[in-house]
Amino acid sequence: MSKVRVLVGTRKGAFVLTSDGKREKWDVSGPHFAGWEMYHLKGSPADPNRLYASQCSGWFGQIIQRSDDGGKTWTQPGTPPGEKDAQPAGPPKGESNKFVYDTSAQTGKPLTTHQWYDGTQHPWEFKRVWHLEPSPTDPDTVYAGVEDAALFRSTDGGKNWHELSGLRGHGTGPRWQPGAGGMCLHTIILDPKDPGRIYIAISAAGAFRTDDAGKTWRPINKGLHSQYIPDPNAEVGHCVHHVAMHPSRPNVLFMQKHWDVMRSDNAGDSWQEVSGNLPTDFGFVIDVHAHDPETIYVVPIKSDGEHFPPDGKLRVYRSKTGGNEWEALTKGLPQSDCYVNVLRDAMAVDSLDKCGVYFGTTGGQVYASANAGDSWTPIVRDLPAVLSVEVQTLP
Amino acid sequence: MIRVILPGHLRALAHVSAEVQLDVKAPVTQRSVLDALEAQYPMLRGTIRDHVTQERRPFLRFFACEEDYSLEPPDTPLPDAISSGAEPLLIIGAIAGG
Repeated sequence: MSKVRVLVGTRKGAFVLTSDGKREKWDVSGPHFAGWEMYHLKGSPADPNRLYASQCSGWFGQIIQRSDDGGKTWTQPGTPPGEKDAQPAGPPKGESNKFVYDTSAQTGKPLTTHQWYDGTQHPWEFKRVWHLEPSPTDPDTVYAGVEDAALFRSTDGGKNWHELSGLRGHGTGPRWQPGAGGMCLHTIILDPKDPGRIYIAISAAGAFRTDDAGKTWRPINKGLHSQYIPDPNAEVGHCVHHVAMHPSRPNVLFMQKHWDVMRSDNAGDSWQEVSGNLPTDFGFVIDVHAHDPETIYVVPIKSDGEHFPPDGKLRVYRSKTGGNEWEALTKGLPQSDCYVNVLRDAMAVDSLDKCGVYFGTTGGQVYASANAGDSWTPIVRDLPAVLSVEVQTLP
Repeated sequence: MIRVILPGHLRALAHVSAEVQLDVKAPVTQRSVLDALEAQYPMLRGTIRDHVTQERRPFLRFFACEEDYSLEPPDTPLPDAISSGAEPLLIIGAIAGG
């Protein structure tokens, strides 16, 4: 029977939740890395026991952790516990923590500043890894989206990281600016049909696409309208919160923007609003049903000033028409006095039949639906604030 | 041997339970102690000093013999009591909260 493994990153550690295919009884493992901010954990599609995790702290910086046994044990890639540095005879250890912006002349356009909140230019400063995206085909290849916004890649299982500097070197880089959560690259989508195509999104620069495996990038923000940007055709500056894609249709993208839920049918070349009858089109998460690429999910949040559900009712909204027509999913979710948020990487789906949908809240609950959203139950209720939720469907 | 006491989170990261002991050649300075610490526990690279600039992370402080050495140049010799192992070098995370 199939199994499900849910990887949960929280403000104070990581948790691994497992269940059989019925998704009724859950085992909870954790906290792993207790006390650390775990921005994101994700498993390799090519080797489900290979997990990558972003562990960080305002005191101690960024750590990359890797598990090769499905989350039972973890090590920093290339640095087994108890093994001293091999210098000068071998390569240095401890490099898995090292994210260094590419400022070499060979890459053409090394950038040193971006726009700060007050409009002045500000140096690019590495802070943390927001999102890890393993390759669909190679367990040792993994991408990292970081703050300040840049895209890194490792091809040796996380031991060494190198920036794909063509993104930051895009001519618009000096006009990128941080959102309230920092200038983070939070979304990485690898096209399963075209290894050269990658989508990324940055708050608050917008969405970008490469068609040559990261050498060159183009902004894909046409059709986005942001009330704080006077220019209706602004190439960058949009606060994209999250983007989702169904693997069977890599040209169709769904976006939860700061305000507005958007859809693109041409790989981001243009976007149309599909907010339709949502009670508010502000929010952070968006995801796509595993088996029906026209069924999408969002969790409306009241506003950018009030990061909680409207009317104190936690409601997932589902559209079976690819947007515009939305239904509220409330069964099993609190419908009064609920004032949690659901952050941008905190929703995921499994690929069982029926599709399972999962999301985590800043109140520490992880809710699961084993019937595509028709009803919900909390797997756990009292974790630290949930930063991310990912799901693995295991044989 | 030089004795170093790490914050709890770094002890967990380095898989050590109490203070660590390091063989450090003279002169014993912040830099030479941290170089030896990172060589023995490479998983700590980047957690106490920035990976690139080698500057102390802003929320960490270095104390020796009840004195704050955090703002001293990294090549300033540490007190004899540290060099002799009579006293430990303390690496302390700034207290935050409220």
